[in-house]
Amino acid sequence: MKSLGSIRRDFAPWADPGAKPYISFENVTKKFGDFTAVNNLSLNVYEREFFALLGASGCGKSTLLRMLAGFDEPTSGRILLDGQDLRGIPPYRRPVNMMFQSYALFPHMTVEGNIAFGLKQDNMPKAEIEARVKEMLRLVKLEQFAKRKPHQLSGGQRQRVALARSVAKRPKVLLLDEPLGALDKKLREETQFELMDLQQSLGLTFVVVTHDQEEAMTMADRIAILDKGEVMQVATPAEVYEAPGSRFVAGFVGNVNMFEGRVAARDARTARITGASGAEIIVENAGDAETGNAVSFAIRPEKIRVSSRRPEGAVNAMEGEVFDLAYLGDMTVYHVRLDDGQVVKASSLNASRVTEDPLTWNDRAWISFTPDAGVVLTR
Amino acid sequence: MSEAVIDRENGAVAAAQGRSLAGRAVAAVVSRLVILVPYLWLLFFFLAPFVIVFKISLSQTAIAMPPYDPVLSLADGVSGLLEQLRQLSIDNYVWLTEDALYFNAYVSSVVIAAISTFLTLLVGYPIAYGMARAPASLRPMLLMLVILPFWTSFLIRVYAWIGILKPEGLLNQFLMALNIIDEPLIILNTHTAIFIGIVYSYLPFMILPLYSSLEKMDYSLIEAAKDLGCTPNGAFWKITFPLSLPGVIAGCMLVFIPAVGEFVIPDLLGGSQTLMIGKTLWNEFFANRDWPVSSAVAVILLLILIVPIMIFQSAQARAQEQER
Amino acid sequence: MNATWSRFNIVSIVLGFAFLYLPIVLLVIFSFNASKLVTVWGGFSTKWYVELFNNRGLMDAAWVTIRVGLISATIATVLGTLAALTLTRYTRFRGRVLFSGMVFAPLVMPEVITGLSLLLLFVAIGFDRGFMTVTLAHITFSMCFVAVVVQSRLVSFDRSLEEAAMDLGAPPVKTFFQITLPVIMPAIVSGWMLAFTLSIDDLVISSFTSGPGATTLPMKIYSQVRLGVTPEINAACTLLIAIVAIGVVVASLANKRREVQRLRDEQAAQRG
Repeated sequence: MKSLGSIRRDFAPWADPGAKPYISFENVTKKFGDFTAVNNLSLNVYEREFFALLGASGCGKSTLLRMLAGFDEPTSGRILLDGQDLRGIPPYRRPVNMMFQSYALFPHMTVEGNIAFGLKQDNMPKAEIEARVKEMLRLVKLEQFAKRKPHQLSGGQRQRVALARSVAKRPKVLLLDEPLGALDKKLREETQFELMDLQQSLGLTFVVVTHDQEEAMTMADRIAILDKGEVMQVATPAEVYEAPGSRFVAGFVGNVNMFEGRVAARDARTARITGASGAEIIVENAGDAETGNAVSFAIRPEKIRVSSRRPEGAVNAMEGEVFDLAYLGDMTVYHVRLDDGQVVKASSLNASRVTEDPLTWNDRAWISFTPDAGVVLTR
Repeated sequence: MSEAVIDRENGAVAAAQGRSLAGRAVAAVVSRLVILVPYLWLLFFFLAPFVIVFKISLSQTAIAMPPYDPVLSLADGVSGLLEQLRQLSIDNYVWLTEDALYFNAYVSSVVIAAISTFLTLLVGYPIAYGMARAPASLRPMLLMLVILPFWTSFLIRVYAWIGILKPEGLLNQFLMALNIIDEPLIILNTHTAIFIGIVYSYLPFMILPLYSSLEKMDYSLIEAAKDLGCTPNGAFWKITFPLSLPGVIAGCMLVFIPAVGEFVIPDLLGGSQTLMIGKTLWNEFFANRDWPVSSAVAVILLLILIVPIMIFQSAQARAQEQER
Repeated sequence: MNATWSRFNIVSIVLGFAFLYLPIVLLVIFSFNASKLVTVWGGFSTKWYVELFNNRGLMDAAWVTIRVGLISATIATVLGTLAALTLTRYTRFRGRVLFSGMVFAPLVMPEVITGLSLLLLFVAIGFDRGFMTVTLAHITFSMCFVAVVVQSRLVSFDRSLEEAAMDLGAPPVKTFFQITLPVIMPAIVSGWMLAFTLSIDDLVISSFTSGPGATTLPMKIYSQVRLGVTPEINAACTLLIAIVAIGVVVASLANKRREVQRLRDEQAAQRG
């Protein structure tokens, strides 16, 4: 049997131009009165993918999920599942199931009753239902809680019942609405990995809605970042972090420093960017930026080096003053105010226990980074 | 995917969409029924009767069954109906204004109800306030104790006061035994007895909305007020009372509106001296058998109550909006 | 609100409850009075209860009252629940304002008006007054109380429960009967109890709408009270109070036990 890691490493149907999407949103728009929740959005999800919709509240991610489940119909555009147009099909006839943010466990039914509910709707024979319920209980490790009512369970147990109930029918797609939102931090981290294992072992397609970027980065094969009802970028976690497609994405996921400037010169490989104060940056990942374009140069704090002297041979280096620092144990975050006034965040790993000549408040300092450490953004 | 598979899938889609269409039609019929059944019931048994009351208030008394004239009917066709409409008159309303008895009854009903409502608020507020500040574990029991009398008959609770308030009743026996008074107090068959009766009977209606608005209040608001230099008394009038106003309004309306039209309390405790409109209407109807005049009395009473009822309704609607 | 319970708070509660309960307690005590004079204690006796049970008129009235109560409470519960569903679920339909007005107005409408208007309706449509008309009248006013009780439960109802059921394959009507109805059942039951109590207590509306052969217990008690206070009526009232008190106490004890059980379960769940 292949290990989980190798399955995930080789899994990239989105890169294959011949692959058929499993779920397609085609120019979907959803309006509630005057408010446009989803605006002319197109998106593909592939079979067996763990897909995350990430965005702040009100970005339209939950609306997308609800349209897929059938609780809301698109105002225009269409949604295809496995080639089938879902328009007009009510939620109770769609081959997708949803795990609700509130879990929505039926309070008057036992754990067993909750899990069996969906199976009973399909008129499955009794013996089969029993077998399936047992299997599900084993899957979420709740065998001894079968006869309990939801209020007799802890938060984590309720979450697992909700999960078991939603996968019991073996849906084509499982929708998860903030599945870990109600759990505390430690439980959340454990559960993330359980969800990933479950998705792999059942071979299901997962679409998860979350506002927690760490959660999305950990679990998902690909992430769609949404803002105001539009897709800003769809990419793997590493791409989203290292090669954000726009200023919004760069700022939304993780910490970032932005330098504003103009492309002064560029060739096939590198570009020279000049800031308003005259500072120059040489970069390698200039993308489609052309000479004269107004651009932002985005660079993550951990890619910036801080030192008390200008490092020898550094291509990009600027001088400033440490005006704030935060010691976090595993690393230290410096806030350096450059001489042109811009504040730059830089984090450095505390690899050794004692640092000679540590930088501290009001020290003069140099920041430096390599040409390939950041990206140029035109949007 | 072969063509056959595609065909089957398309067929399944069409079938699913067809079934859902039928399902939606059923759901639409069901939801229409859910609305229509109670709607029609209330139109017929609540609204239509008011129209009839209004119509009869414009008719003449007759010695017949039903004892009024004309009885509207479609038997004579449109011309007959028009003839009947021509016979309608406002004589009964004129009669109401000419006889000071009715005017006095309306005024005294409103005055008695207003005074009783104020007294109920005075008695009910400290109780609701005490309940809201009681230990959380005690509150459900206290709440049940307030509701419990409401489950026992209104008539019985009013009746119980007769034995207490009579000249030779328990209250006078008690006070005379303690030598506080030498002669029995005359309370029964006075306005005082009516005030006691209304306060007593309607107290739970005042306490419940007050309690629910006081209980919701965050006590740290009062601590904040005190921290900012407010005296306990000042904190009550500047913070607690204004925040409990929705409860005060709801409670006062729940007491005032039915109290204006109250019949049992003035009849049993107020004696023959007291004039209240509910009692007047009852007598007009049962003793004098004058249906048109009692209808006119009811219409005027409704007009008097329409403003407080609207206040009550909008307060209810607002509270509902906030719950959402 | 959470704060210290001051002496003032305790005193006002004690006095308040004394005021609420003393008259009822006195009434009960004097129903066991041997003396014919209701306010002079003449020793303990249960003879008024014996007389009460031999009083055909009162017993017949009690039977009518119970039948009217059972029938009207049941129908009022169905209609009131539908009205509550309409108020909470259908926020937009023609005549909604009128509908909510008609649901809330009877709560505060003076009984003399409701009684008179219903009577005039029955006369206008040529309905003979009797058992049937009293029952219809009771349904009409008590369904509004049921609607308010059920509605307050529906407002806090988590709609995602219904969405979950539909998501798992249950069509809307099935979802209503398998999920919504069981979850709001406690509110429906208390709505029924409220409707039943209102019905067996009602005097004014019954007096207007009832006819020969349909005298209810409150009507009977009222006609005797007008003639003066008698120990027999005290005994009848005590019995009514006892029935209601036992019902309420049993219901709340059952509730309490469920609550305690639930708390214990929750603590057990917290422990693991």
